[in-house]
Amino acid sequence: MRAKSVINAAGREVPVEINGEPVIPFKGVGKHRPAGKKHAPSIPSFVDYPTDDNKVIPSLREALKRCGLRSGMTISTHHHLRDGDLISNTVFDIASGLGVKDLVWFPSASFPCNEPLIRYLEDGTINRIEGSMNGPLGRFVSEGKMKGTAVLRSHGGRVQAIQDGEVKIDIAVLVAPSADPFGNARGTGGPSPCGVLGYAKADYLYADKVIIVTDNLVEFPCFPMEIEGNYVDYVVTDNIGIPEKIVSGTTQITRSPDRLLIAEMTARFLEKSGLLKDGVAMQAGAGGTSLAIAVFIHEILKERGWRSKFGFGGSTKYMVKMLEEGQLGYILDAQAFDLDAVRSVEENSNHVPYPVFNAYNYHSKGNLTSMMDIMILGATEVDVKFNGNVVTHSDGYLLHGIGGWQNCLHARNVILPLPLFRDRIPVIVDEVTTLCGPGELIDVIITERGIAINPLRDDLLRSVEGSGLPLRSINDLKEEAEKICGKPRKALFEEDIVAAVKWVDGTVIDVIRKIKTQ
Amino acid sequence: MNKTIAVTGNAGPKVRSDCEITLQLNNGGGITIELISKVKALYGESIADLCRQIFGFYGISNADLKINDSGALPFVIAARLEAAIKKLTGTDREYLPDFIPGNSYTTTRDRFRLTRLYIPGNNPSLMINAGLHSADGIILDLEDSVAPERKDEARILVRNALRSVNFHGAERMVRINQGSPGLEDLDAVVPQNVNLILIPKCEDQENVRIADRRITDIRKRTGSANPLFLMPIIESALGVENAFEIAKASDNVVAIAIGLEDYTSDIGVQRTNEGLESLYARTRLVNTAKAASVQPIDSVFSDVADMGALESAVRISRSLGFEGMGCIHPRQIAVIKKGFAPSAEEIERAEKIVIAWEEAVKKGLSVVALGSKMIDPPVVARAQKTVDLAIRMGLLPADRIDIEESR
Repeated sequence: MRAKSVINAAGREVPVEINGEPVIPFKGVGKHRPAGKKHAPSIPSFVDYPTDDNKVIPSLREALKRCGLRSGMTISTHHHLRDGDLISNTVFDIASGLGVKDLVWFPSASFPCNEPLIRYLEDGTINRIEGSMNGPLGRFVSEGKMKGTAVLRSHGGRVQAIQDGEVKIDIAVLVAPSADPFGNARGTGGPSPCGVLGYAKADYLYADKVIIVTDNLVEFPCFPMEIEGNYVDYVVTDNIGIPEKIVSGTTQITRSPDRLLIAEMTARFLEKSGLLKDGVAMQAGAGGTSLAIAVFIHEILKERGWRSKFGFGGSTKYMVKMLEEGQLGYILDAQAFDLDAVRSVEENSNHVPYPVFNAYNYHSKGNLTSMMDIMILGATEVDVKFNGNVVTHSDGYLLHGIGGWQNCLHARNVILPLPLFRDRIPVIVDEVTTLCGPGELIDVIITERGIAINPLRDDLLRSVEGSGLPLRSINDLKEEAEKICGKPRKALFEEDIVAAVKWVDGTVIDVIRKIKTQ
Repeated sequence: MNKTIAVTGNAGPKVRSDCEITLQLNNGGGITIELISKVKALYGESIADLCRQIFGFYGISNADLKINDSGALPFVIAARLEAAIKKLTGTDREYLPDFIPGNSYTTTRDRFRLTRLYIPGNNPSLMINAGLHSADGIILDLEDSVAPERKDEARILVRNALRSVNFHGAERMVRINQGSPGLEDLDAVVPQNVNLILIPKCEDQENVRIADRRITDIRKRTGSANPLFLMPIIESALGVENAFEIAKASDNVVAIAIGLEDYTSDIGVQRTNEGLESLYARTRLVNTAKAASVQPIDSVFSDVADMGALESAVRISRSLGFEGMGCIHPRQIAVIKKGFAPSAEEIERAEKIVIAWEEAVKKGLSVVALGSKMIDPPVVARAQKTVDLAIRMGLLPADRIDIEESR
């Protein structure tokens, strides 16, 4: 049965209702204005809390029971412990043991370590995931096996959804590398440090009940606090993560000669266009190619005696190096990707936690990324109108979360260094399989076979005229990909929607349908 | 030759842009195709069509074909399937993929051969982007980088690559095998507009002449007249002794190269970065090359991680008179190019000398002076060569000084 749907402003067919709630179709960039007040949790009273301000209780199971864990609730977790997280799975083990059903899991991201949750999706303990789904979880959802409809949001979109009451968190289970009995917590210290705890901010402020799980209970006060104890209900001590899997020992730039070529071309573009200059503000991801670009940029800044005013992390050792050698003024940090970054947060006062809560929420009075002169992003696909996809491949399977990608599209110059094709899969296509970001926000595509500048950016086109850079039209690049790989068929889908993709303002920009099994 | 199952190509967790083909020919039952591939949704149908086309070409109506694919491009699938069919039937019919128009460019005798990137001939993933790394030449290698039991399938793959892959203007080179497999290599690749053939382990002029004659025969049959040059590689003591006759063995020889791994092994010493042990071989090679008016080319530098040591090796190589070096990794290309280019000071000095000489000629003087220094004719000749090189490398604008297109 086909649900009622409309065509949104991006030309994609989207439903009017998801998981039983009405939704607003995408209206265009900056066209939707929300009405109403922010959501708020119930008013608590100190009457109901320990008079000695000691909220430590023996087990997570006990904490969940005291929080009133019931079927149908929304449980949130953050992903700062990445693939080393032990608690998010445990929450649902406990729920299953208590016979609870139809929970909504609301992580800030999921990882391969969450694969065991498939069994709870199968048996109905979990109704749906509103958050990213990588690998096996993604396949499971793409094959239509999850009961509810998945909802994919950017990091900023998740904050917006919590703030606006689109998602009402019943219980937030927040792991913390250090916490005191009052519930203050931070991302450093202890056996499993992760650097910062920014993704937990919206959760602890807006959830009805908040549980902190820590493997490092410290004496009051736990300082500096990223989670404020007066919002916390219970504190539990337990193993929270596997340290080697939380942050990489070290992030590495790509060794692939082909990716290095793209990185080098990107650095050259930034130089020749004049975008790279003294005082530049920039942001890049932590993938191998982005890191290589960061290294090239660092060299140029050093040579010229320039300095980047500030950068926004995901922080890595390369950003830390720029900070320590004087080519970067501040690291404003949403998450730490490696041990160097964790160390730097602790030691360097110019490396500060800066949660997406404060940086990326479109329904607030600022969006940090629009201050960025240079924004380096990836994509799975880009089409001839410069629209971008980050959540599915051309085969239609869910493979990725949005991360901060949509939020970052608001930067002044958005640059996507991409291979023209990956293992015969063309990256530049006629039409993106899933629309995650509209083309008007994507400025430059840099491939190993040429650079395409969005025609909307006259100024950029002029800035690199006569530069000797290999400028080509995006159509040209698409055709070259097809010449080399062959013209691909499109993935085939059933009518059933398995996931909705939200834009930064909570409107529905696209949906993902169930894969047609051949 | 009449086994019933053939396996060709590669599959595995680290394999990219290749496929493994398992082919069984039957007496009945038609054609069945089983495809395992990440790109099944996008290209499953076109892959099956391609295979059926190939079966039709070879007159095969009954076969079980299994393809384990990791994103292989059509020319690779075709090569792997042809190799499997050849294993089972011994056919010598060639299923040739389209020859892309961009591959018809020709070469010249004296083009720069500063950097030539070796690509293992059985590794399709490295072929696809090889042309993007700005090497002067690309060597599709059928010899030492291909395992003996894979040489037949590599030959077909390289043949197809020469037709289907865009090498972006790099000189199109193939290193053939020694002996009669080498002649089979020539049969397959020469008709594909190869620009230059590398002949390994040359010890005397016969090595060159045999290849040269075969090439002439092939080109008579195909009617090709595009320039096709030879680069013998000298890798042994005897080869070093016979270097001059090797260099003069044919008009088509444009360069001679030294292979130091095999050479040092042949004379029974360890190869070092300093290279004292091969100094005689290298200087003799340069001398014979210059005497024979061909380019002397230095050996590859095998430590891919050590760019510092590579830089030093290039400096020495250039100072000995070499005009290029082989590369085994793209990241060596920029370092080698930089090393062989004349420095800004050298160019400036050379320019001054050439200008002074031209002034002297204009004034009818027979002696050239720069300041208070006298300049001998050989010095002027060397300066002219430097200026030529700088112009051709784009380090000096061409209209600054007139140059003669000699050589």
